[in-house]
Amino acid sequence: MTETPARTKRSLLPWPVLRQLADGDVLGRGRSVRSKRTDEIEPRTATADRVAKSVCPYCAVGCAQKIFVKDEKVVQIEGDPESPVNRGRLCPKGSASKNLVTSPLRQTAVKYRRPFGTEWEELDLHTAMEMVADRVLRARRDSWQDLDEHGRKVRRTMGIASLGGATLDNEENYLIKKLFTAMGAIQIENQARI
Amino acid sequence: MAEAHPVGFQWVVEAKKRGARIIHVDPRFTRTSALAHQHVPIRVGSDIAFLGGIINYVLQNELDFREYVVNYTNAANIVSEDFQDADDLDGLFSGFDTETRTYDPTSWQFAQEDDQGDLGPAQADDAGDSAEQRNTASGLQNEAHGMQVGSRPPRDETLQHPRCVYQVLKRHYARYTPEVVEQVCGVSQEDFLEVCRAWTENSGRERTTALVYSVGWTQHSVGVQYIRAGAILQLLTGNVGRPGGGIMALRGHASIQGSTDIPTLFNILPGYLPMPNAEKHQTLTEWIDAVRNPGSKGFWANAGAYGINLLKAYWGDAATPDNDFCFDYMPRITGDHGTYRTVLDMIDGKVKGYFLLGQNPAVGSAHGRAQRLGMANLDWVVVRDLFEIESATFWKDSPEVATGEIVPEECRTEVFLFPAASHVEKEGTFTQTQRMLQWREKAVEPPGDARSELWFFYHLGRMLRERLAGSEDERDRPLLDLAWDYPMHGDPEQVSSGWGEPSAEAVLKEINGYEVATGRPLSGFLEMKDDGSTLGGCWIYSGVYADGVNQAARRKSRHDQSFVASEWGWAWPMNRRILYNRASADPEGRPWSERKAYVWWDEDKQEWTGDDVPDFEKTKPPSYRAPEGSDGVAAIEGVDPFIMQGDGKGALYAPQGLIDGPLPTHYEPVESPFRNLLHGQQANPTRKEYRRADNPMNPDPRSPGAAEVFPFVFTTSRLTEHHTAGGMSRYVEHLAELQPEMFVEVSPELAAERGLEHMGWCHVITARSAIEGRVLVTERLRPLRVEGRTVHQVWMPYHWGQGGLVAGDSANDLFGISLDPNVLIQESKVGTCDVRPGRRPTGPALREYVEGYARRAGVLDGSEGPVVTASAAAQRESAAAQDGDDQHAPHQREDQ
Repeated sequence: MTETPARTKRSLLPWPVLRQLADGDVLGRGRSVRSKRTDEIEPRTATADRVAKSVCPYCAVGCAQKIFVKDEKVVQIEGDPESPVNRGRLCPKGSASKNLVTSPLRQTAVKYRRPFGTEWEELDLHTAMEMVADRVLRARRDSWQDLDEHGRKVRRTMGIASLGGATLDNEENYLIKKLFTAMGAIQIENQARI
Repeated sequence: MAEAHPVGFQWVVEAKKRGARIIHVDPRFTRTSALAHQHVPIRVGSDIAFLGGIINYVLQNELDFREYVVNYTNAANIVSEDFQDADDLDGLFSGFDTETRTYDPTSWQFAQEDDQGDLGPAQADDAGDSAEQRNTASGLQNEAHGMQVGSRPPRDETLQHPRCVYQVLKRHYARYTPEVVEQVCGVSQEDFLEVCRAWTENSGRERTTALVYSVGWTQHSVGVQYIRAGAILQLLTGNVGRPGGGIMALRGHASIQGSTDIPTLFNILPGYLPMPNAEKHQTLTEWIDAVRNPGSKGFWANAGAYGINLLKAYWGDAATPDNDFCFDYMPRITGDHGTYRTVLDMIDGKVKGYFLLGQNPAVGSAHGRAQRLGMANLDWVVVRDLFEIESATFWKDSPEVATGEIVPEECRTEVFLFPAASHVEKEGTFTQTQRMLQWREKAVEPPGDARSELWFFYHLGRMLRERLAGSEDERDRPLLDLAWDYPMHGDPEQVSSGWGEPSAEAVLKEINGYEVATGRPLSGFLEMKDDGSTLGGCWIYSGVYADGVNQAARRKSRHDQSFVASEWGWAWPMNRRILYNRASADPEGRPWSERKAYVWWDEDKQEWTGDDVPDFEKTKPPSYRAPEGSDGVAAIEGVDPFIMQGDGKGALYAPQGLIDGPLPTHYEPVESPFRNLLHGQQANPTRKEYRRADNPMNPDPRSPGAAEVFPFVFTTSRLTEHHTAGGMSRYVEHLAELQPEMFVEVSPELAAERGLEHMGWCHVITARSAIEGRVLVTERLRPLRVEGRTVHQVWMPYHWGQGGLVAGDSANDLFGISLDPNVLIQESKVGTCDVRPGRRPTGPALREYVEGYARRAGVLDGSEGPVVTASAAAQRESAAAQDGDDQHAPHQREDQ
């Protein structure tokens, strides 16, 4: 593609460095970097409908986040400057967490792969829940132990295992352990073992 | 730290600005090294030799903080005369059973006051079956229990008695000289002594030194002993319980601390109560006494209240004193039910269903091939995640589909992939790495059918109970009697249709505990009763909902409160920000120095006060001495800062709780190119192994040809831009773009030796797999001189798999399964390997290629040499210290 004549004839004046020098705005953080467009736009943080107080979901430092919401969508996530942990800062991952939660790659429907299947199928959420409940009860029934091989009382199933929890909430882990314990499933593990 | 916890690292930089000296010990030069005053490259897997060297420096030069050590640690305690050290027995401690590869710790105990007779009840209780403890990860009394020693062992506060802990320690580490450190770790004596000087000069009354480790430290066959070595050093230098001191674990997941406190782990229940064991905990009393441990000091004495409050929280009205609060409803553990054992059981067809909750073991767990083959041999898998991760697609695009080991048309596993709500789409608490809970508000509704785990498990439980309603089967009582009634909120349509979101705040209130009759939230665990009048799901979290206020939701600006920031979130226990902070004051209760004042005794008010909540009974004076015969809380004296330990003292020496010995000893990693320079015993003799053809370990260095087949050492860690197994980063555009490709980092010397071209391809081979990546040649890795020869170390990130926006081979495929005996965590930070230029073979040729290596190394059938390699004489002598019946002939070996 050839350059247009208009482009080759453009003056050097809009060159930011020249503007900076001319305006005395040496660091380029003031008037010299503003344009009409700059003045017309508003940050998403200012136009948000509400802000939720949150915590970064990646590592265990526990950086506080502010989640800016507009029209029921997350429009921005920033570090919370009031936090004694992160003082408003986020690392590359924390800074990408808006991208994480708004990603078009996220799953929003249940996918199901039947035995020997070669493709995913879609499943209604409640149907999927019913199917899982059936399978849990069947696995529990088929692998139930009242006594172990030494005749000791164990009242458990060795047929159901679980892995995960380190990215979940305390309240969630509490219910998970409570339910599995009540159903007799004991092979319940998470990242802390890894 | 700067790489994997960059925002936490800002505080290191702040400290540096105020004059702190920063030392970074790491095999590789990283962004942390770039900002440190000194970077010490070390051979992976030699940390105990390094720390042991510093301990030796402290003891030989008597640079310990003596007043702290005498009063606050067990340095003065006298050890049994039957104890024999690893230094005397070729790397074994006394009491080793060669057949089971475990210790009878009877000879490790403290001497008795009358210096004869049997062990006191608190000690004898635990000198039992350590093979069982290894299997159930209960040696450490379920992770957080204090040592259950008697409250008054004999002491020599002059530290001169030849069998006092101080002298035992001094002899144990005497061989860890700067020369040995240089030989074993590849660290020059000059660099090493600089670290020793910095550590000791910066510790004492006026100054403190902090030790920060990342949890790769736990991923070793001696992982627990690494951390013990750090603890010994910090206790000797008086750096525990004081501001600017301590040992800080940089944990790697937003609520991994929470998922340990309120565990989704097989061996523990909330608040580190043990999961009942079929043998040891047949009755409620046995279970409680195992924790309470009559005869010991400290707050575990109230275990009855903690345990009964949990049972009451689980089974509500059904739990009464008459039925032992439904203790019989608890399923029992009988052995190793850890995640690796379970995965091997999947391969063997013993497991039917598997839930994966925000976890991607196909990439994140050691020995990825075993993980995926296990999943392909189940009836069903439920994956709950934000994205379509590798653990959900093993049946269609895993590496084993390429090799032909998994054929989709023949794989019977049913897979459910449920979309999960993200952290902004649900409310609840995370517990960060300093034990602080922070409540998150819900910002928006989750998209489509995405739901929280709270929703999923609540409704799963509801449906199970509905299906079982009316069942007469006794096995269903625990589900039917379960207290499973939580208020619903959220989308009104979902609430009215019966599919609402349970209130996380109601769950938090149950965790906190409340009075059954009135519903009044408890102010803390001291209010918990053992008569069923209160309930509480996790005693250490009690207080998080004190006064009916969600304390974890507190967000008072850091500008408006003290530097301790006690009003931001809530830390367990009882909002104490530095544990054991009684140790920040001297025995009389005065600050050690003006500079390091933190918590002290106020003589006028007759109470402990200071910047933090005192981690001590508020009105118990420093002068308090326990009455004769007391135990429990009453036995904690005014000078016992370690209120969860059976003797109130910091454990330099650990007579109980550790499967692999009372003191950290250098053992080589399971896979190492080097012989153990210190002992005949090569690697941890008590490690948990699964010897089978699908889990071969690379041979130990005495095997012929081992050094030629797998000559290099490799390790893995994180990149700033990715997160663990990649499930939350490889699917995120910005992060995928920042780090788009798997790579293998090597030194220029290794690149020259193997013909590796910068930015070209290479592949790394172990007995488990071969993976490929781009070559990154940098001087961040340097060859080290170890035991007189050069060793090359290779570094890899472990974030990739076949899914996501940027795909690549997974470094965890290279590791085998070999575990620390105390906690059953795998050794996945060090192994041996070969590195070759070019890409790896594909398809079935990959397995042939890997098997060719395993065959040449002599480990194709999973039989790689003996575990116990100490001399026969040492084995005999060690076995002689076993307690009577437990003895087995030393030549009977499990591994031969």
